[in-house]
Amino acid sequence: MIQFDAVHKRFPNGTTAVHDLSLEMPEGGVTVLVGSSGCGKTTTLRMINRMVEPTSGTIKVGGRDVTRQDAAELRRSIGYVIQQAGLFPHRTVLDNIATVPLLLGHGRRRARARAAELLETVGLTADAGRRYPHQLSGGQQQRVGVARALAADPPVLLMDEPFGAVDPVVRTQLQDELLRLQKELSKTIVFVTHDVDEAVRLGDQIAIFRTGGHLVQCAAPAELLARPADDFVAGFLGAERGLKLLSLQTLAAVPQGPAPEGGAWTLVLDEARKPLHWAPKDPKDAEIPVRPLRDGDSLLAALDESLASPTGLVARVDADGVLTGVSSRDDIHEHAGQAHTQARVAA
Amino acid sequence: MSIDWSWIGDHTDDLTSLTLSHLQAALTAVFFGLLISLPLAVVAHRIRPLRGFLLGVSNVLFTIPSIAIFVLLLPVSGLTRTTTVIGLTVYTLVVLLRNTVEGLDSVPARTKEAARAMGTRPLRTLLTVEFPLALPVIMAGVRIATVMSISLVSVATYIGDGGLGQLFTDGFQRDFPTPVIVGVVLTILLAVVADALLVALQYVLTPWRRRRA
Amino acid sequence: MFELFKNLGTWLTSGGSWSGSDGIAHRLAEHLQYSLLATLVAAAIGLPLGLLIGHTGKGAFLAINLSSFGRALPTVGLVVLVFLAGGLSMLPVYVALVALAVPAIVTNTYAGMTAVDPDVKDAARGQGMRGHQVLFQVELPLALPLIMTGLRLALIQVVATATIAAYVSFGGLGRYVFDGLAQRDLVQVLGGAVLVAVVAVTLDLLLSTLQRLLSRHRAA
Repeated sequence: MIQFDAVHKRFPNGTTAVHDLSLEMPEGGVTVLVGSSGCGKTTTLRMINRMVEPTSGTIKVGGRDVTRQDAAELRRSIGYVIQQAGLFPHRTVLDNIATVPLLLGHGRRRARARAAELLETVGLTADAGRRYPHQLSGGQQQRVGVARALAADPPVLLMDEPFGAVDPVVRTQLQDELLRLQKELSKTIVFVTHDVDEAVRLGDQIAIFRTGGHLVQCAAPAELLARPADDFVAGFLGAERGLKLLSLQTLAAVPQGPAPEGGAWTLVLDEARKPLHWAPKDPKDAEIPVRPLRDGDSLLAALDESLASPTGLVARVDADGVLTGVSSRDDIHEHAGQAHTQARVAA
Repeated sequence: MSIDWSWIGDHTDDLTSLTLSHLQAALTAVFFGLLISLPLAVVAHRIRPLRGFLLGVSNVLFTIPSIAIFVLLLPVSGLTRTTTVIGLTVYTLVVLLRNTVEGLDSVPARTKEAARAMGTRPLRTLLTVEFPLALPVIMAGVRIATVMSISLVSVATYIGDGGLGQLFTDGFQRDFPTPVIVGVVLTILLAVVADALLVALQYVLTPWRRRRA
Repeated sequence: MFELFKNLGTWLTSGGSWSGSDGIAHRLAEHLQYSLLATLVAAAIGLPLGLLIGHTGKGAFLAINLSSFGRALPTVGLVVLVFLAGGLSMLPVYVALVALAVPAIVTNTYAGMTAVDPDVKDAARGQGMRGHQVLFQVELPLALPLIMTGLRLALIQVVATATIAAYVSFGGLGRYVFDGLAQRDLVQVLGGAVLVAVVAVTLDLLLSTLQRLLSRHRAA
């Protein structure tokens, strides 16, 4: 785990980037640093692997003071992912990923074999490994960046707005990948972003900074959303805090019943009993698409679908997409309200 | 090796006339270089296939050593000032063409589009929008061409001209370093002063690029 | 005029012109030898200097302005001066050749180094590369195109200066120009000029093609 103790960073031109920061980042968890520009979140991250040296205070990684270790060796034991990836344009993707193992003295063959494994882990084909970075899309380059950071299997991963330069669709995919990887690998991840939704989605713990490098609040997403410490935090979290909270809750507890028969609308299924669309009684009217949801999907998605559905009913499916029943708008709404109350009380 | 200061005192008239002659050759070459390269650059900038050709030919010309160019012009215009100026113009032309094309390239497409959308005709856009915005790069080219020209004039001493270059051949023939040193110093001085004046000119011509006071 | 070109053609193509110690073959070899050697020495000085300034960022003023200063120096004056100052000997002239080639190498090497994407350098350091590893594994390979341009420009510069150096009794192709001027033999003068021009253009073409071949896999 990572520990900041009264850390201060003042740049030669007089600006204070980080002010008296004491923070603990738990092992195996994702700590997200958020705030607007100039709040010191990136500087904080970069002090962990000594890309920036603290002016005062101590930073410990795994119980060891970082300033007492050789900087280059420290960095080889910490994964580092930046926004523009910073891949080496003159090396193939495979050789890019093999960078740290090679620095550590592993043989070329061993390093490349490891790189090939990681290509698969981040969802890229072996063919991509033979290409040069400029031949890959932005999203693919970011995956390579993550693979490179994981190559030496470091316990700690630092990520500085890694998904900021890609479009929203790709960003969501990359976030999914990260969550999946984290479930497998349980790294200690420090993640910097200015996007609150990303923070809520990825973080086990969120640290909010104010301009001038002041830590305002550090808590789990649910607590943060339910009980923001002050107006600044509330403002930063945005106007729809309540809805964001619902994105953290799942559908699992909401009761479901059988699909309706012979009403104004019928739920049409395919041969495998997977929902296709809502069909109107009058065949001249248009069909309405259905978005089936699994138990693991969020209450927010359920609320959204309950509004889009012509009957207010949400189709529930199992892991294979087969219909298990429907949930009513009223039931969903009631559970959303309960979830909100629980979060407020628990925080 | 020492300088004979009295020689300098005795020859101030000659030195002055040589300096002026030298300057005249260099500036004439830059002038003609601009005259030819500006329209040529517009053509190269606008017409894709010609661009490659013009820049390619000018690159080849630039590679040829100056003494060779002067000498190769002898059958054409003999041992005259004309040969010197034509030779120098070849080089200034190359530099100015390259830089002007680059300068025109650097004008943002959006700016040109905005002018077009407001109803400005192409020629007016060229004169009032593109060239002013291309000016910094063009001026950089003028500076390089001027300094280079001033330095190259001396090579023409071998074809009987040469401005201050004559001091070099004179000094060599008499095994007398003083005129050579004076010539080198004066040439460098001319170049530095010319460059400084051009920087000042650029500052005056591009008020939008000045730093805030 | 036509007569002149006919004689020039004869001079350039007849076997007699090519053989012997004053033959084209020998002079050509001499010229190439001086040029390549001087450029190599200039590279040995200029490359480390340019790399160091580019990597550390210190001395940038020198790297940026060296070329401008070099451009203002009158070649003829410099060559004559070092010859006279060096007691009418060859070595100082050789030194002048090297000195005039260094600026192009330093300036272009520095430009190449500063053109390297700072994100790539940051990532390299972040992965745990030490200073010298970043320099040789990342910065140098990426700066290579501009470095090679600098070497090419330096070589062409040296070829031109070596021609002038024949004036102070150097060998090489310039000999034809100056001997021809002294003997009032225009054919020889033109011949020398044509040969030098061809050598310069050919070398430039060869090197830029080589450069283009080596940067095939780089991004546009």
